[in-house]
Amino acid sequence: MFVSYKWLQDYVDLSNVSPEELAEKITRSGIEVEGIEVPAKGIENVVVGHVLSCEKHPEADKLNICSVDVGEEEPVQIICGAANVGENQKVAVAKVGAVLPGNFKIKKAKLRGEASNGMICSLQELGVEGKLVPKEFAEGIFNFPSEAVVGEDAIEVLALNDSILELGLTPNRADAMSMLGVAYEVGAILDREVHLPELDYNKHSEQAADRVTIEVEAKEENPIYLAKVIQNVKIGPSPQWMQSRLTAAGIRPHNNVVDITNYVLIEYGQPLHAFDLDQVKTNKIVVRLAKENEKIETLDDAVRELKPHHLVITNGEEPIAIAGVMGGANSEVTEKTTTVLLESAYFAPASVRQTSKDHGLRSEASSRFEKGVDPKRVELAAERAAQLLSLYAGGEVLSGTVGLDDMDKSEKQLTITLEKINRVLGMELTVEEVLDLFRRLQIKAEADQTTIQVSAPTRRGDLLIEEDLIEEVARLYGYDHIPMTLPVHETKPGGLSIRQQKRRLIRQVLEGAGLMQAVTYSLTNDQKAKEFALDVREPVKLMMPMSEERSNLRLSIVPQLLESVSYNLARQQDRIAFYETGSVFLEEEHSDLPREDEHLAGAVTGIWHSHAWQGEKKPVDFYAVKGILDLLWERLGVAEAIRYEQSKEEHLHPGRTAAIYLRDEKIGYIGQVHPSKEKELDLKETYVFEVKLESVYRYETAALHYTAIPRYPSIVRDIALVVESEVLGGDLERIIKNAGGSLLKSVKLFDLYQGEHMEKGKKSLAFSLIYMDPARTLTDDEVVKAHEKVLQAVKDQAGAELRG
Amino acid sequence: MEERLKQLQQEATAKVEQSVDLKQLNDVRVAYLGKKGPITEVLKGMGKLSAEERPKMGALANEVRDDITKAIETKQQLLETAEIEKKLTEESIDVTLPGRPVNSGTHHPLTSVIEDIEDLFLSMGYTVEEGPEVEKDYYNFEALNLPKGHPARDMQDSFYITEDLLLRTHTSPVQARTMERREGKGPVKIICPGKVYRRDNDDATHSHQFMQIEGLVVDENIRMSDLKGTLNVFAKRMFGEDREIRLRPSFFPFTEPSVEMDISCKICGGKGCSVCKGTGWIEILGAGMVHPNVLEMAGFDSKKYTGFAFGMGPERIAMLKYGIDDIRHYYANDQRFLTQFGQKEFK
Ligand SMILES: [Zn+2]
Repeated sequence: MFVSYKWLQDYVDLSNVSPEELAEKITRSGIEVEGIEVPAKGIENVVVGHVLSCEKHPEADKLNICSVDVGEEEPVQIICGAANVGENQKVAVAKVGAVLPGNFKIKKAKLRGEASNGMICSLQELGVEGKLVPKEFAEGIFNFPSEAVVGEDAIEVLALNDSILELGLTPNRADAMSMLGVAYEVGAILDREVHLPELDYNKHSEQAADRVTIEVEAKEENPIYLAKVIQNVKIGPSPQWMQSRLTAAGIRPHNNVVDITNYVLIEYGQPLHAFDLDQVKTNKIVVRLAKENEKIETLDDAVRELKPHHLVITNGEEPIAIAGVMGGANSEVTEKTTTVLLESAYFAPASVRQTSKDHGLRSEASSRFEKGVDPKRVELAAERAAQLLSLYAGGEVLSGTVGLDDMDKSEKQLTITLEKINRVLGMELTVEEVLDLFRRLQIKAEADQTTIQVSAPTRRGDLLIEEDLIEEVARLYGYDHIPMTLPVHETKPGGLSIRQQKRRLIRQVLEGAGLMQAVTYSLTNDQKAKEFALDVREPVKLMMPMSEERSNLRLSIVPQLLESVSYNLARQQDRIAFYETGSVFLEEEHSDLPREDEHLAGAVTGIWHSHAWQGEKKPVDFYAVKGILDLLWERLGVAEAIRYEQSKEEHLHPGRTAAIYLRDEKIGYIGQVHPSKEKELDLKETYVFEVKLESVYRYETAALHYTAIPRYPSIVRDIALVVESEVLGGDLERIIKNAGGSLLKSVKLFDLYQGEHMEKGKKSLAFSLIYMDPARTLTDDEVVKAHEKVLQAVKDQAGAELRG
Repeated sequence: MEERLKQLQQEATAKVEQSVDLKQLNDVRVAYLGKKGPITEVLKGMGKLSAEERPKMGALANEVRDDITKAIETKQQLLETAEIEKKLTEESIDVTLPGRPVNSGTHHPLTSVIEDIEDLFLSMGYTVEEGPEVEKDYYNFEALNLPKGHPARDMQDSFYITEDLLLRTHTSPVQARTMERREGKGPVKIICPGKVYRRDNDDATHSHQFMQIEGLVVDENIRMSDLKGTLNVFAKRMFGEDREIRLRPSFFPFTEPSVEMDISCKICGGKGCSVCKGTGWIEILGAGMVHPNVLEMAGFDSKKYTGFAFGMGPERIAMLKYGIDDIRHYYANDQRFLTQFGQKEFK
């Protein structure tokens, strides 16, 4: 809603309140003023001029030499390039020395040998938005109505030195979609009176009811339909002040009849429609729901198909308007119109909202009907428009209003206690203070000691429950006056749940180990949604995606991370290491919601360790990433239950991938991206992992217990075992551990050898075994015995021979 | 004999002094104190002395031996120190060369903001609640006083999956679900962070996916002044003790009264600048008293219970705190962006 500061002064005295102060006050009490615009800011020296003569420039086809009376002793000569300039016009003249928007200075000039002492202006050149300039002046200079006084300040005449406040209205404040509504608000804020327009005018003796009949068949959708008839109307421009006000309100002036309906729309918030009564033909209005396959050509020259839930205005035979949304071309007011049928109605909000949505038409009118207009203003607005038509369109208003008014206009009664107001706000207001606030709002309120009775006016459809009244009190009294306290109640200690603590630990560990946290989108395309998924199934899809690229919910985080890896590779990053935790979405057959599993994923590529000036540079490999996960398992207390198994997964390198198990459940994978996939995504050797966190979160970790630091020495035995190449190191380690018994405290691989000094198809793995007894010093005999068991076990179970 | 001993002592001491390295010094030791050295030689002649002189001479010999030993030890220490120093000088390195880099990652800036907010409210007795990102229309809208056909549903165009399922447009459904679980019994004191989705084209200020964090307190006698006090603590803790807050009336379907909270602009100190669009204030979050319909729908008696709720966007908070100018940075995961947030902030 654009509010003209000048126009607002018709209703509320704004003396001693600057536009900026007013804006601040309005904002602080409930409606955000999003901006203040002065269209002609800084423009001076532009006056009304009279074109005395206008001739073609002898040297240039498109230029005119004009002699213009600007109210000075001598007329000035101005060269004007506008096609629509002509003798006897009243125009806006920027005199020499004027400055126009964009710091455009008007200087004496010579154009093809002819002196030009000023410029005849278009409205755009004076700061008016192009779409608001009346059509006839849109491509050229502006003409004032003939009564404009030569020499007067054109900016003043056009009211372009006005301040226009842009109100950002929340959906509940439909009451402020009118100048009167804003006036009530400002009146309350400033505690000043509100002056409503006087509605006196001369009425013609003939009765409107003798000229038209109104029938409403759809009373639920249309509880009020009122019409007035104005005859002998002369179509022409509306007065300059009205055009200026409409322009300020963001509406393009058209002609007097249309401008007047728009003016009242803005003033009262009541949309009106003017029909050319002669074109209605039947002198009859029937409001009804549309018939199947009915069509109408609307004012924008579009033929629209109607549906049976669309409310239409008809002449008894065919539709002449879509109620509350747009008029029909067949009954449009034109230059030839002489008799106007003026419609003022209440159309049900839901009906208009649906209809305007179906036709993709949102207008100043429909946006007000959708929120519910004030039923008490339906008739007042009709009277106001009739008055203006008689004043500015030469019309004769027939007596009486025709139509139907079937709407309950009683005020909603609300009761609230002072105690409740104070309890909710945490304040100590008195009954008198509260009543005074309602008086300023012009809302009727009465009170005994403790209880306040409020009649919510029909113009304030947002006041429905006690809390709405509390808000009125608080916002007008001022939120600044609410004290600052903290809740007084029994407070339990706050804290993170176990899964939240574990999630934070995962972040710490992975970041400490060099991975950067990424956040990617959950929505992706069909292909990426399925790739790298731990649970392969059809992804959850959006009904109406904005694009294919964001149409499916992900089943895996890895594809999105790889996208981030590519992005960084393309930006010359030589070490890229990401992790992300987040939801993946799994369609479930017997559940109304998809299952959301929290996953942890990672993607690492490039240089892992480098110390350039010492000549070290080590690329990332499988074991670097696995080591990070191992650290994570240890810190989370699940290491004892974790195991890796050689595995094959789609899009992963068949020989460099492991499945990760927690006890017997496969919870994830780690591996190198398949070289063909790497090629497709423009990646270098890249390692990824993805893990289902739900199982990790659920795993109950053992309580921490201190184990005494051993007081007795341990004995170390190193063994190098030769096995077939296929034997897995992890298996050997497990065999050793199982065979070593209670004395064997740790097993560590310290060498792997495959190569020329080794028999073909064999490899050597060297382990370091530590034997210890916490209670005493081990004897050599005991160690030898235990160690022999180990050697026997690896020989039996893995065919391992001691390397000589 | 006595003279001979004293002469030997002088000789030895002089030689000790002249030694320039440990080897020479050792030669001196062997020459004078060794078994075949001159002192031993002299002492062999003791047999010729009288019983009276013998012990005297013995004592003198020991004295001389001790003195020489001491001189050697002192000299040895000096020489050793010099030798070590020489060795250390040779070992010196260029300490200004760069250290070995330690791999280290960082929190995503949005995570940092969310964890900061969580920690602040945890310290005030809140717990952190989470909920599904694919949500029922009921929890996302209806339970929050946004029945079907409500005009405010236009305000947040959403991604529907079925007629009844959508990607949540705010984290408020977590509030509705949590209240429902508590079966009408207060207090409820929660903070709900998470991802939300809206039908927006991604540009510098819009993102179809973004974060939200909301708070909710419901109990008997929760007042709007409690909301204001809580937001004041939050603003000062998050943005600095010198920041002021102000509340402006606003509208949200799930709260009544509703407010928007501004904080004073740090850049201009309230005088007005481009960041605060000349107002001296910067909008931070929306809040209000929980609408009685929302309480009732979740099973709370709105006559007995009141509550407040607030919600904010971590993207916006990070933008304001760090001067980030494009929301898309958060989701591009450009390492040159992310690494800028590794430094811990202390307050
Ligand atoms: Zn500022």
